[in-house]
Amino acid sequence: MTVSTSRRGFLKGAAATGAVLLVGVTPKGALAAGDSAMLNPFVKIGADGSVTAIVKHFEKGQGPATGLSTLIAEEIGLRMDQIGYEFAPSNPEVYNNLLFGPFQGTGGSTAMANSFMQYRQAGAAAREMLLQAAAESWGADAGTLTLEDGVISGSGNSAPLGDFVAAASELTPPAEPRLKDPSEFRLIGNPDVRRLDSKIKTDGTANFAMDVYLPNQMIAMIKRPEQRGALATGFDDSEAKTVKGFIRAAVLPNQAGVVAYAENTWAAMQARDFLIVDWDTSAAEARSSDEIEAEIRAALDAEPTYNVNKTDMAATQAAIDSADKMVEQTFYFPLLAHAPMEPLNCTIEPLADGGIILHDGAQMPTGPHMALSQILDLPMEKIQVNTMLAGGSFGRRATPDADYQVEAGLAFAMTDRTRPVKLVWSREDDLRSGYYRPAFGHKVRVGLSADGDIVGWEHRIAGQSIMKGTAFESFAVKDGVDHSSVEGAADTPYQIPGAHFGLTDAEKATSTLWWRAVGHTHTAYVMEVMMDMAASAAGIDPVDFRLKYLAGDGSDQTRMAGVLKLAAEKAGWGNAPTGRSQGIAVHKSFGSFVAEVVEVSGNPEEGIRIENVTCAVDCGIAVNPDIIAAQMEGGIGYGIGHTMRDRITLTNGAVDQFNFPDYEPLRIGDIANIDVHIVPSAEAPTGVGEPGTPPSAPALANAIAALSDMRVSTLPMNENGVAWA
Amino acid sequence: MTFSLKLNGETHEVDAEPGTPLLWVIRDELKMTGTKFGCGVASCGACTVHLDGEPVRSCQTYIDDVEGVEITTIEAMSDTKIGAAVQQAWVELDVVQCGYCQSGQIMSAVGLLSENPKPSADDIDSYMAGNACRCATYQRIRAGIQRAAEILEA
Repeated sequence: MTVSTSRRGFLKGAAATGAVLLVGVTPKGALAAGDSAMLNPFVKIGADGSVTAIVKHFEKGQGPATGLSTLIAEEIGLRMDQIGYEFAPSNPEVYNNLLFGPFQGTGGSTAMANSFMQYRQAGAAAREMLLQAAAESWGADAGTLTLEDGVISGSGNSAPLGDFVAAASELTPPAEPRLKDPSEFRLIGNPDVRRLDSKIKTDGTANFAMDVYLPNQMIAMIKRPEQRGALATGFDDSEAKTVKGFIRAAVLPNQAGVVAYAENTWAAMQARDFLIVDWDTSAAEARSSDEIEAEIRAALDAEPTYNVNKTDMAATQAAIDSADKMVEQTFYFPLLAHAPMEPLNCTIEPLADGGIILHDGAQMPTGPHMALSQILDLPMEKIQVNTMLAGGSFGRRATPDADYQVEAGLAFAMTDRTRPVKLVWSREDDLRSGYYRPAFGHKVRVGLSADGDIVGWEHRIAGQSIMKGTAFESFAVKDGVDHSSVEGAADTPYQIPGAHFGLTDAEKATSTLWWRAVGHTHTAYVMEVMMDMAASAAGIDPVDFRLKYLAGDGSDQTRMAGVLKLAAEKAGWGNAPTGRSQGIAVHKSFGSFVAEVVEVSGNPEEGIRIENVTCAVDCGIAVNPDIIAAQMEGGIGYGIGHTMRDRITLTNGAVDQFNFPDYEPLRIGDIANIDVHIVPSAEAPTGVGEPGTPPSAPALANAIAALSDMRVSTLPMNENGVAWA
Repeated sequence: MTFSLKLNGETHEVDAEPGTPLLWVIRDELKMTGTKFGCGVASCGACTVHLDGEPVRSCQTYIDDVEGVEITTIEAMSDTKIGAAVQQAWVELDVVQCGYCQSGQIMSAVGLLSENPKPSADDIDSYMAGNACRCATYQRIRAGIQRAAEILEA
């Protein structure tokens, strides 16, 4: 990894977040009640001087526990070994995602983007209160005091900040605390700042929701239908009763399955498997994925329902039809599962006052908080959400209907509510009963002039909307277009003349959900493979060809061209060693720009090996360069792994895959090396959790095309002509 | 039925049904949660423990078969020279992301370094192939094992 962060122009970037948020909560009396004071909702300081950042985003590995703590430590004046973190309670009025409205949650690669100014202000406010308290104690002017490494100094005095916590907690928080000038940063942008959660994740002490073991808890597992949407009408538990530790079984009130309650996990697994359930399949899904694919492919041949950008389709078609050359391709992308390492689970703990605690790797605490309030008929204030470390998500834990927490609520509601209930999913539940990245098809025709210029780009997209019919429809669907179906295509930074984007929704076939970079995973593939095909037809180098459409002074075009050129330079574009080929792709998603060069060897018949991936990312100010590099590495692996060999298929409404052997994860030997380069930037920080994923698959496809002339247009690759070494 | 387990140097009497996977004895009975459940079919490696120093998948190892065997879990790795070196390397390089698979990764990495003190990248890829990481931290796992080898050599 390389990084050099320019600090000039930072304030312009900071202002671009549009977030000037005051973190004023009067802390009076807080210290009297306990041994620590909340100087504001994001900063807790103990009487011993220990500082804790209250982190409003959940930690699934993408780094906010470290990142948000860094912002607080930076502004207060602490070393990283002087700050700890806790996850925030569920309270959307205080801990909401500023880009989501009054809703607490993590998603869309927004954790740093929405928190950057808020957490800096929280740290800066705490610093000013501590300095003011010290100044009053010493009879000094607060402006002459400094706070470095947790020590307040000046006017001939020096003392640890802990000495002033009690006094500071009596002060009114400043309305507009002074933020550090970027030239003063010691932690933000420092590549040596380490993760705060590395040690606990290497010695077995990290606590995930799966690790909740409360006294007297029951384990609940659910027998689910093979055919998606079938309803349970009854069951026979005579076999299950032979399992020691089995307690009882009950049909869920929504008939989605039958709960097996047991004293331990292994008993629950066995008893669940032994249940024989009567299913009503009259309203269940009966189609197979072949039929879903046929529907989507047929839609691509018909006039699209929605004219996404309201451009003239007939003019685009006429330009292509009269063009000197035309390239055309149809693409198909299958359903995909998220398959986070930690199978879904959560625990509901009853409290003596009739309330509950939900222990959960909660991605969107507000959702399950509201859902459990309804299910259990409890006021919101009687429900606490204990957000725990999450063993991955990739979008799976962010369901609009809080699916697994609702299951736990229903399972708990059917008991006498005296024992904690821990709902556990197996890997089979995860792959067979989950929510999926929807299947999508694209059909694109590109017309080129004799000089190799694009004269028309007709792009049709068809697939199942994620948002329609959900609680999130109102903000995600405009004029009938679900933005997640077209993101990354219809809003491409490329300045393409004569472009037309059409969208047709496919019928609802199964439960779909966002997935790491969701729409961008298929749109980037199509945009970047088509760019490569057009460059090839034009006889122009793929990098030079793309740059033609990224000309001008626009910020998006400049930044996209910047990462494209940097990735090409770092990868030695055009100078692949003998026997190897390179492919390139560049994409903007979640405000960040990423270009990747994939270098492959071998051949599609006997096996292709991925030798190298070179990545260039521009995500604005790089708060933690090493975590950014890690997210690029992980995003690339996630994209490439699924592209190589994963898909979910249905036969008569039932998922065909059971466990990892049928949904083979990326393995350590699949990618030999990844190098990440970060573009120096003074822009506001943008996302890094997702943007590494979209360019990885098309860069791989383009590298294979360069090696073999094979254009893979249906995924996964292993079922469409590509063997892996 | 009562079984006697030798785990991390201590003897535990546990009450479990014959045929119970060691994974669930360690987690549900002994409440040692560093060993993880990921797939239940020995396909992801999150549940890796050592039996007499050899990495095995505890989800496919049954309590009936481990009496008299020394079982070691992630919780005891810092007490071993190789385990401590691997953990140190993991922290130096910030290998982890979500962290859920990393106990198993470390147990396998220690197994590799125990039999091959200076593994090549190919050796690592081959030995670690059974440990899945959905966050794809593989690049750093490879570097972490090589860094641990350096620490041990020093």
